[in-house]
Amino acid sequence: MSKTLFDKIWEKHVVESVENGPDVLFIDKHLIHEVTSPQAFEGLKERGIGVFKPENTVATPDHNVPTIDQHLPIRDELSRLQVKKLTENCENYGIKLYGLNHPYQGIVHIIGPELGITKPGMTMVCGDSHTATHGAFGTIAFGIGTSEVEMVLATQCLLQYKPKRMRINVEGELKKGVRSKDIILYIISKLTASGGTGYFVEYAGSAIRNLSMEARMTICNMSIEMGARGGLIAPDQTTFDYIEGREFAPKGKEFEEAVAYWKTLKTDDDAVFDVEFTYQASDIDPMITYGTNPGMGMSIDSIIPENEPNKKALHYMGLSEGDKLLGKQVNYVFIGSCTNARIEDLREVASIVKGKKKADNVNAFIVPGSKQVEKQAIAEGLDEIFKEAGFQLRQPGCSACLAMNDDKIPKGEYCVSTSNRNFEGRQGPGSRTFLASPATAAVTALKGKISDIRVFI
Amino acid sequence: MEKFVTLESTAVPINVEDIDTDQIIPARFLKATNKSGFGENLFRDWRYDENGKPKPDFPLNNDTFKGKILVAGKNFGCGSSREHAAWSITDYGFKCVVSSFFADIFKNNALNNGLLPVQVSDSFLTQLFKAITENPDIKINVNLLEQTISVPSLNLSESFDINNYKKHCLINGLDDIDFLLSIKTKIQQYTEAVKTY
Repeated sequence: MSKTLFDKIWEKHVVESVENGPDVLFIDKHLIHEVTSPQAFEGLKERGIGVFKPENTVATPDHNVPTIDQHLPIRDELSRLQVKKLTENCENYGIKLYGLNHPYQGIVHIIGPELGITKPGMTMVCGDSHTATHGAFGTIAFGIGTSEVEMVLATQCLLQYKPKRMRINVEGELKKGVRSKDIILYIISKLTASGGTGYFVEYAGSAIRNLSMEARMTICNMSIEMGARGGLIAPDQTTFDYIEGREFAPKGKEFEEAVAYWKTLKTDDDAVFDVEFTYQASDIDPMITYGTNPGMGMSIDSIIPENEPNKKALHYMGLSEGDKLLGKQVNYVFIGSCTNARIEDLREVASIVKGKKKADNVNAFIVPGSKQVEKQAIAEGLDEIFKEAGFQLRQPGCSACLAMNDDKIPKGEYCVSTSNRNFEGRQGPGSRTFLASPATAAVTALKGKISDIRVFI
Repeated sequence: MEKFVTLESTAVPINVEDIDTDQIIPARFLKATNKSGFGENLFRDWRYDENGKPKPDFPLNNDTFKGKILVAGKNFGCGSSREHAAWSITDYGFKCVVSSFFADIFKNNALNNGLLPVQVSDSFLTQLFKAITENPDIKINVNLLEQTISVPSLNLSESFDINNYKKHCLINGLDDIDFLLSIKTKIQQYTEAVKTY
C-alpha cells in the first residue's frame, strides 16, 4: 500500500502496539535543556532507575541563560540553579552536555542541525514545542512534556497515538521580499492557531523544495503554532549537502550508505492524506501579525480586518479594526529565537543594514542561535556591520522569545520580533509583539516604524 | 499518579478562547526544579496586576466561583510544551478541565498528571458557561467510567471521548513509565535489530 513519508518513518520506529491503544515509539535522539528536564531526573531518582541510553540524549542550556557576560556566574539565583542542575544531572547520568561556555552551546533546535545530530528518517523529541524544527530534514520531531522526557530517559520510548496526516503544498515562485517566515505566517493565518491540531504536516511543492535548509527549518519550526504536532519536508540533495561534513554526520562510506537510505524517504505518489491544502507562492506577501496568537496575521500592507472576532487581542495590542500597521512606530526589534537566528538570518539582516543606522527610537538586538552562529557571524565581519548600524549583538540563547531571562520588552511597548509567538506577555509582562521575518525586522529597525521590505530593496 | 474515576464539583469559568500556556503559567515562573508550588502563579498576569494585587474581575479572584473543575474556551492549552501548565492547574486544586477543544501536548501532559481533559461540543460548553454564571453553586458531575459529563439539576448531559489506554491508566492511577519499563527487554531487542544513521 502507498505510504506517506510520515508513515514510513513512524512504522520503522514502532517497537510494539498496545492492543486498542497507542504505539510504543522508539526515539532515536532526545534533546534536553535546563527548564523542562529537572523534574524528569527527579522522577528517575524517586523510582530508583537510571537513564536507559544516555548516548541518545544531548543537553544544552538555552531557555534561561543570560545573553551578555556568559563567562560570569549567572546573576539570577534560580536560573543559575537550574543550569547547575542540568550540569549535575548530565554528569551523574553520563549525558553529553554542551554547557554555557562550550563552543557548541546554543538553542537546542539550532545546534541539533548544525552539528549533524539531526538526520533524515529519525525520530527526535525534546521538552520544547519547537522541536518540529528538525522536521526540515525529513525527521519525525515533536515537542513533549516533562513526564514524557522522563519516559524517554528511562526507556528511550514514548507511548503515542499516531496523528492524522496533512499535506500543505506551496507551489510556484515567491515574490520579491517574501521569505520562508512569510510562507509559514501566511499558512497559519489561513489555517488558524488550532487548524493543525491532531495532525502531523508534510510541507511540499516547488516553493518549499526551492528553499535552503535554514529556510525550511523556519517553516517546520512554526508547525506547532497552528496546533500541529510537527511538520516535515522530504529530504533531497539540499538536505544531504547541508549534512555532509558536519561534526556528527556519517563520514565516507557510511555517508554514502546513509544517503542511499535517505533517498527512499519520500511520500509515495498515490499516498493519501487525511487533508491537503495547496497555496500559490505568488499569493504570499511579506507578513506581520497583529494579534495575540500566530494565526492573527496579514500582509504587511493590509489593514486589520473589519470583522476580527478577537476583540480581546486587539484591545491588548492597543489596535483597532481597520488600522494599518505600516508606519506604526516601534521601539524594539528582536532578531533571534529557534525560528530565525541561524547564520542565513543574520546574513540577511546584515545585507539590509550594512552602511546604515538604526532609527534613534529603536532598541535593536540580535541574539545568535548558537556559539557556532556567533563565531561564523564574527568571522564574516557581520558583527562590525551590526555595530556600525547600532544593533547589539548578544550571546546565544532563547532570550526575548520567551523572556525567561532579563531580555524583556517593557510593558505596553511594541516589538517587531523574528520569534514564533505573539501571546500576551510572551516577551515580558504587558509586551506587544508583531511577528515578522528578519528582513521586515531589519528594515523596521532602520526606519523606526513598521516598514515594507519591498519598498526598501 | 492519583486515580480519577468520578468527580462532583462546582466549577470556575474562564470564558476565553485560545488560552495559551504562557497565560496559564508565564515563562518567568518556570525556574523551579520541582513540580510543586506552581498553583500560586496559575494565570499570573490575568490574576494579579503588576504590583501583585489581585484583579477583582478575574474568576479565580471571585469568591463566587470555586471548585475542582475549570471550564474554559476553545483551544485550551495551545503554545508551549511546558508541563508546568498542567502542574499549576493541579497544584491550584483542579482535577478536571472542560473545553470544546484542547491542544495536543497540553492534553497529553494533563493525562500524565491525573488531570482529566473533558472535550465537549461548542453548544454544551455554551450551556455550561451559562449555567455556571447563572448559578455558581451548580453541581457538575464527571464520570470517567461512563465517559459522561452532566449537570443533573438542568438535565444536561453529554458523553466525551478518551482513548481506552489513558482511561485505564487514570482509573487505576498507572503511568506510562510503569508500562514502558515492563517491556524494556523488547526495546533493547528493537535497538539491536534496527539500523539507524
